[in-house]
Amino acid sequence: MKLLTGNDLKTGAVTWWTGNDWSIHVEDAVDVTGQEDEIAQREEAARRVNVPYAIDAEMHDGSPRPAHIKDRVRALGPTVRPDLTLKPADPEIGQWVI
Amino acid sequence: MYAYDQYDQQMVDARVAEFRDQARRRLEGKLSEDQFKPLRLMNGLYLQLHAYMLRVAIPYGTLSGAQMHTLADIAEKYDRGYGHFTTRQNIQYNWIKLEDAADILADLAKVEMHAIQTSGNCIRNISSDHFAGAAADEVTDPRPYAELLRQWSSFHPEFSYLPRKFKIAVIASEQDRAAMRLHDIGINIVRNSDGELGAAFYVGGGMGRTPMIAPQIRDFVPLDQLVTYAEACLRVYNRYGRRDNKYKARIKILVHELGAEEYTRQVEEEFQHLLDSGVEPPFAELERIRTFFADPAYDEAAPDDIDRSDPDFALWVDRNTVAHKQDGYVSAVISLKPVGGIPGDATAEQMRVMADLATRYSFDELRVMHTQNVVLPHVRKADLNAIWTALDEAGLGSPNLDTIEDIIACPGLDYCSLANARSIPVAQKIAQRFAETKKTATLGQLKLKISGCINACGHHHAGHIGILGVDRKGVENYQLSLGGSEAEDVSLAKITGPGFDEDGIVDAVETVTSVYEREREGEERFLDTYRRIGMGPFKEALYG
Amino acid sequence: MADQTPPAEGRGPDTGPESDTMLRYREDDPVAHAAVTVDAFLDQSNAAAVRVEPGDDARELIPHLERLDLVEVNFPSFGDGRGYSSARILREAGYDGELRAVGDVLVDQLAYMRRCGFDAFDPDAPLDAEDVEAAFARWPEVYQSAADTRTPIWSKRHA
Repeated sequence: MKLLTGNDLKTGAVTWWTGNDWSIHVEDAVDVTGQEDEIAQREEAARRVNVPYAIDAEMHDGSPRPAHIKDRVRALGPTVRPDLTLKPADPEIGQWVI
Repeated sequence: MYAYDQYDQQMVDARVAEFRDQARRRLEGKLSEDQFKPLRLMNGLYLQLHAYMLRVAIPYGTLSGAQMHTLADIAEKYDRGYGHFTTRQNIQYNWIKLEDAADILADLAKVEMHAIQTSGNCIRNISSDHFAGAAADEVTDPRPYAELLRQWSSFHPEFSYLPRKFKIAVIASEQDRAAMRLHDIGINIVRNSDGELGAAFYVGGGMGRTPMIAPQIRDFVPLDQLVTYAEACLRVYNRYGRRDNKYKARIKILVHELGAEEYTRQVEEEFQHLLDSGVEPPFAELERIRTFFADPAYDEAAPDDIDRSDPDFALWVDRNTVAHKQDGYVSAVISLKPVGGIPGDATAEQMRVMADLATRYSFDELRVMHTQNVVLPHVRKADLNAIWTALDEAGLGSPNLDTIEDIIACPGLDYCSLANARSIPVAQKIAQRFAETKKTATLGQLKLKISGCINACGHHHAGHIGILGVDRKGVENYQLSLGGSEAEDVSLAKITGPGFDEDGIVDAVETVTSVYEREREGEERFLDTYRRIGMGPFKEALYG
Repeated sequence: MADQTPPAEGRGPDTGPESDTMLRYREDDPVAHAAVTVDAFLDQSNAAAVRVEPGDDARELIPHLERLDLVEVNFPSFGDGRGYSSARILREAGYDGELRAVGDVLVDQLAYMRRCGFDAFDPDAPLDAEDVEAAFARWPEVYQSAADTRTPIWSKRHA
């Protein structure tokens, strides 16, 4: 599957395309295979996202998990600062990234 | 320290206004991201892995207590309570919002700071010796020359769209504490046989994917021609540096492809053109700048002896203080490398501790080192115990300057969108391993440097031990190299062989240090042993 | 003033001397003839307008400055800064005719271009008049001596 990701123009936050909006949680992301260019162009033109691009992912425990480690770090936050990630309370989250 | 006059202040204020306007036009859609990118980069604003990142300039690494307080306030008000000191003596914030960026620049401008040209294809922040003005071995304080060049290079109309970024370092001593010959231009202020000061120019050094040591192209440029000569170096680069390939666009490639001799010939020719063009500030301007860097009012009666009865304090004094030109004083290094911590990171609270110590004990001055530590440049030996006590309470008292725990590490894949592998966890594991085995002390000076990609922000080419993180089929892998140095004995490290996984690289580092312990003669450093015995024994131990 | 320039080989794209997007900061009338390439110019004795591309050596024009009324410096992409050096080199050599930046010329580059000696701008895309005004008014002072008449800060400090 393919996910569409980018950053929020104003805040810079990493965001994922959910089918009708952008979310900071990769769990909300939907498969965009075949539509990635069209959505990216439209959403960037409307300034709802900055520099969107598609990445490969696969389903993992019912949620999309980016195929590449860089995108997983991007989805979660710095592995060396678990307190600043999106899952600060989950001690196992490091496993999801690596 | 240099203090702005009305002109300097007007310039940074104008820059804030300009950036506020550019950010507004971006948010309104009048600028595309492609058009905005070079403009935000010239104000240090990146779009990084997790958010916007702001890099604030710390010219030649010098800071006042009030400036450090502002850096702490920014960390709390606009970021997540911390900042990261970099190998170019700057500070980066990792979680910045575009809509706040102009306000941050405005806060910085109030304490004579800015983010001007901390990124982009322009002349970057000028770096220098972190012991400038204090070092026992310096010919003169190099910072007035760095400040002269800072002003010359700020908003330079001709050199703001260079083929690639451009980094200048200025030193003024035999010992090189600023990796001078690994810069696009390295300047060493020297004294000639007539006793006059002048500038030796080294051009075309750098790290990155094609590391090069800068050759000397002029051994003595008179100080009243310094700016003109720099202008000539830059013009030749702006005209003839490669623009067809980003990876070949740095000046080191131009100097290498032309040959140092031909590049020098072209610079000298351009220099002749420029000599009468009036680009050189009057000598009085250099003298004006120099007055800001006069020695502080030292306590001439400062005692020279230190009460070493506390062994932990004595260890810190031995490791983290450096000889000062003034009797009774030292420069004290504040380690931002606690074992298991993130190299170069400091919390807002820690920044305030450092700021207050500087105000109280170091003539209100701090320095950022390219090794991602902070210096209190002028402290009385008699005050060291009070300083150490305060640092230790704030988690800043690690006695590990220039040891294997004092690791340079780039942000790596935890923060950086260019990285291929994480650097910080490797640094943490290595420091922990050597702290546990208590080998740190016996290994002596050992400079270990880690980069998470080929761009080499972690200076791995210049590490006695260097580590480069690469992506091997989606898995982090680490290449080991040995024998680099950024100092006056500059050299580039050589790769040992096949890479290692994350745990394997920690073992590999331990293996090469064991070879050193076995082979070393007398007081030899790791680097000296490597240079004497070569790669063979290390390779043998690593790969059998 | 008729276009005296023969339609020589290597003639640059003709944007016309007064396109809609042109900004000009000179007292004299615009030059009507189209610019030829540097190679064509050096081959022709009667051309009075030349277009300098990023890879051209502006110094080749120096022996012929007397007969030049217009130098266009092309910026195919705004990030290619060679044209800034070309402009300054010509001004340093005494050229006082029109120096026009053409191509991917954006509002945020105007102030630096002006400092390098450009006195006319013919951008590919029209610029917002207010933004242009703001750009030229932006810098109260300058740190360097360049190809314009502005007094550097260091000179004011030691006046």
